[in-house]
Amino acid sequence: MNTFTTKQIVATGIGAAVFIILSRFAAIPTGVPNTSIETSYAFLAFMAILFGPITAGLIGLIGHALKDAILYGSPWWSWVIVSGFVGFGIGLVSRRINIEAGGLTTKGILLFNATQAIVQAIGWILIAPVLDILIYAEPANKVFVQGAVAATSNILTVGVIGTLLLVAYANTRSKAGSLKREV
Amino acid sequence: MAVEMLGYIEKPSPVHRLTGTTKLIGFLLWTTATMFTYDTRVLLILGFASIGLFLVSRIRFREVRFVLVFTALFVLINALAVYLFEPEQGVAIYGTRHVLFEGIGRFTLTAEQLFYLFNLILKYSVIVPVAVLFLVTTHPTEFASSLNRIGVPYKVAFAVSLALRYIPDVQQDFRTIADAQEARGVAVTHGPLLKRAKHSLNILLPLLFTSLERIETVSNAMDLRGFGAERKRTWYNQRPMTRADYLAIGLVFMLTIFSFVVTFYDGSRFYNPFS
Amino acid sequence: MTIQFDHFSFTYRSQSEPTLRNINLTIEDGERVLIVGPSGSGKSTLAQCINGLVPFSYPGTWEGDVRINGVDARTLSLFDRSALIGTVLQDPDTQFIGLSVGEDIAFALENKRVARPEMHETVERVARLTDVAHLLNHRLNDLSGGQRQRAALGGVLVEDANILLFDEPLANLDPLAGSEAMALLDRLQRETKRTLLVVEHRIEDVLSIPFDRMIVVVDGEIVADGHPDVILSDGSLVRAFLREPLYLSAARWADISIRPEDKPSQPDAFLNLFERQPIVSRLSEQMPEAPPEVSPSLELDRVRFHYRSEENVLEEITLRCAKGTLTTIVGQNGAGKSTLAKVLSGYQRATAGQIRLNGEDVTKQSIADRASRIGFVLQNPNHMISKHTVREEVRYGMQALTLSADEEERRLEETLRRCGLYPFRNWPIQALSFGQKKRVTIASILVRKPDVLILDEPTAGQDYRHYSDMMDFLERLKRDGMTLLIITHDMHLVLEYSDQVCLLQAGRIRFAGEPLTLFAQESLLRHAHLKQTSLFNVARHLDVEVQPFIHAVIQAERKERAQWL
Repeated sequence: MNTFTTKQIVATGIGAAVFIILSRFAAIPTGVPNTSIETSYAFLAFMAILFGPITAGLIGLIGHALKDAILYGSPWWSWVIVSGFVGFGIGLVSRRINIEAGGLTTKGILLFNATQAIVQAIGWILIAPVLDILIYAEPANKVFVQGAVAATSNILTVGVIGTLLLVAYANTRSKAGSLKREV
Repeated sequence: MAVEMLGYIEKPSPVHRLTGTTKLIGFLLWTTATMFTYDTRVLLILGFASIGLFLVSRIRFREVRFVLVFTALFVLINALAVYLFEPEQGVAIYGTRHVLFEGIGRFTLTAEQLFYLFNLILKYSVIVPVAVLFLVTTHPTEFASSLNRIGVPYKVAFAVSLALRYIPDVQQDFRTIADAQEARGVAVTHGPLLKRAKHSLNILLPLLFTSLERIETVSNAMDLRGFGAERKRTWYNQRPMTRADYLAIGLVFMLTIFSFVVTFYDGSRFYNPFS
Repeated sequence: MTIQFDHFSFTYRSQSEPTLRNINLTIEDGERVLIVGPSGSGKSTLAQCINGLVPFSYPGTWEGDVRINGVDARTLSLFDRSALIGTVLQDPDTQFIGLSVGEDIAFALENKRVARPEMHETVERVARLTDVAHLLNHRLNDLSGGQRQRAALGGVLVEDANILLFDEPLANLDPLAGSEAMALLDRLQRETKRTLLVVEHRIEDVLSIPFDRMIVVVDGEIVADGHPDVILSDGSLVRAFLREPLYLSAARWADISIRPEDKPSQPDAFLNLFERQPIVSRLSEQMPEAPPEVSPSLELDRVRFHYRSEENVLEEITLRCAKGTLTTIVGQNGAGKSTLAKVLSGYQRATAGQIRLNGEDVTKQSIADRASRIGFVLQNPNHMISKHTVREEVRYGMQALTLSADEEERRLEETLRRCGLYPFRNWPIQALSFGQKKRVTIASILVRKPDVLILDEPTAGQDYRHYSDMMDFLERLKRDGMTLLIITHDMHLVLEYSDQVCLLQAGRIRFAGEPLTLFAQESLLRHAHLKQTSLFNVARHLDVEVQPFIHAVIQAERKERAQWL
């Protein structure tokens, strides 16, 4: 815990606040019931690459738990845990992508997307339904269908919007030294 | 822009006077109990107890109505979905089959299914009053110290406090950015799906950069005031535990034990009226 | 406790050129030092080398020596330094970390594991000292700008640090709160004898309290270091593109030579050097300007606004803005200035009343339609910028207008040239300075060819040179027929650039008219949280008419400024 820097702590707190605001105001309904494009997960994936697994795991946990609590009254623990897992899992490749120092390569983008797809598949199709069955004894086919829908939508959201966020961020890291005024 | 969110509501009540730590422990125990049990009797007792607590807290129903209505709606829709996916789930759980109504195709209605859905709704519902109560009677400044006192590392606990501190600021940023985009004729709240997804990036990016900047200045401000060098920290807003606190924790603890005993003494977490 | 820089240079890791070069400086215990310099001069980096953000948060190449009390600064961690040096950051909002004032003041004590009873005692003592004792349970949003700053100061004072360091303490304060803040610093330093370091570029305001030394930083080097009386008389400030106190500009305009022995840092004493007769004859040479033609562009008729089920935020606003004029909107925080801007630009819809543009009723237009006629430039450019390059961002402003490609290209080039951004059109926006970013956001609005432009604090946080650049630019727009509305706390802007000033108080117009009329009424001025500038004192001292006098001095100043470019 002592390697947890102040910046990571602040990133956790403010990141959680952004996660909450995005889930509340920037979710786009798809027309399929109970399924929307959750831009908050694209943000979570971005923070995972920038700040690593612990910060992003905590953003997922704290952000999702607080969001449920202040908007719906009670945290939905099974899905809260998955949000934490997704942040943590994607964060595991943050060192290998190293966007601060090395910019973003095609290989980095591929690694990011492979990781986010695997992690989210495990999270939404395996962990979330199993917890729902264990805790709430809900029918298996219902929770797995829900999980599959969430997985598809979130993997696509992170794949498109998350990748674009990373690219935009990497662009801002380019050096100003080569810039020339043009007439 | 009024957005309804749950927040602290000041009232002179015994529930308010308990420390945040007590309420946090109570909330967690209550959650654990309702998560494990599926026993109708236990759920009913917990349900009545939580309504009782609600009355003691002097929080009025209309002050938190929007959350309760929303949750009720969600729970009902969820129950309906469960029925559509698996009309025989109750039969599988309770092991008997009393048909009340044959219906169309697989959509029969059994007493077991009805009872199962009743329990499902009950289980989702009993946690809500307590959770809401925890939120509206605990001052946000007490959150972090309470988490720390029950064993969460203080740095993590402080991150929770920061999240609460910055939700209004981020919301303000978001609103300003969205308005500025809308002024350019970029609709983010309506229009075709793909276009909206594309446009959402125009809000996400400014919000992202604004937030990264904020993270940097806030972490500088905290470093300059000596945050994080020690292994522990003290809390300005921590209150000492009183007799009432220990009493409350004891009561909730006993209630939890009781619910576990009643639930599991026969080896099944379901109360079965059909056998 | 002393701070010593010895042949010190510093280069940030991300930069190729050093930000500070060959700094030699010794600050003694109990000194009051004012560090001034234009934006980007390195004055903030100098402060960061003292409080430890350099090199601990911002690493780089460190050459030479910095010693604090004889100890190599690099061996003192941020935590060690927090006990020696208390820093108040530029924006008190970001420094406010706690959920309440009490919690925020206690922050440093919590980190040092001070026991709770002792902590509460200290917090209450310090809160009384900075006059926030009655606010301990309040949250940030309940506080005014001045109260926020005093809370931030309290949070620093709890540590008993020997050195107090202020990074642009006036940047986020209105003039009245600013002078109160300076008075508080003055009192604190006298009572506690701590070392006081203030980094600022608003020199007239900061010199409202005495300093022992003034240090001028330009391009990473110390170009002047001495008593304020010396620095103010030797022309260092003008060479550094900083604005000297206005009474000194007036003195130079009146051909009065400024010498250190005349104590130019003390306005009351210095005033006696002015003589009435030569100034009166000088003023008589000036010709009064004819008032410009007036045709109303924007008219508000009894406009009211309230958010859902709340009280009115705006009440019966009636205002006329002529084409090609600049109207400033002043008032305290929460008086309704931003709401008025939002209602005008269509972000919010007026609840009652009428808004007319060139005679046409536009009250019920949609946000997108209205926004293309009345543009609103937000205070923080980062809230508006969403594209990578300047060109993309400005083009993006036109995206809903469905123009032909040729027309888009034509407008794009014209706007970029007009805003002085053409040479940078392919640059990534992140590589631009704050002032340039601001221009990009103005350009992205101008490209839609609005009739009215509303700007929220367009000069906030900018030094004199950037301030002048921005205002000259806006004056050019005005001459081309643009109707401008500017929300501001800056009294210079109100006085020197606006044709009309509108004072809002609690959602109502308290005053609308000539800026000088407002400045002559002290009670109204106090409501606006503004102050008279020192030119008023000079004029009063000489018993000459205020308006022509101020006009003459400012014109002379502008002429001098024109030589910078």
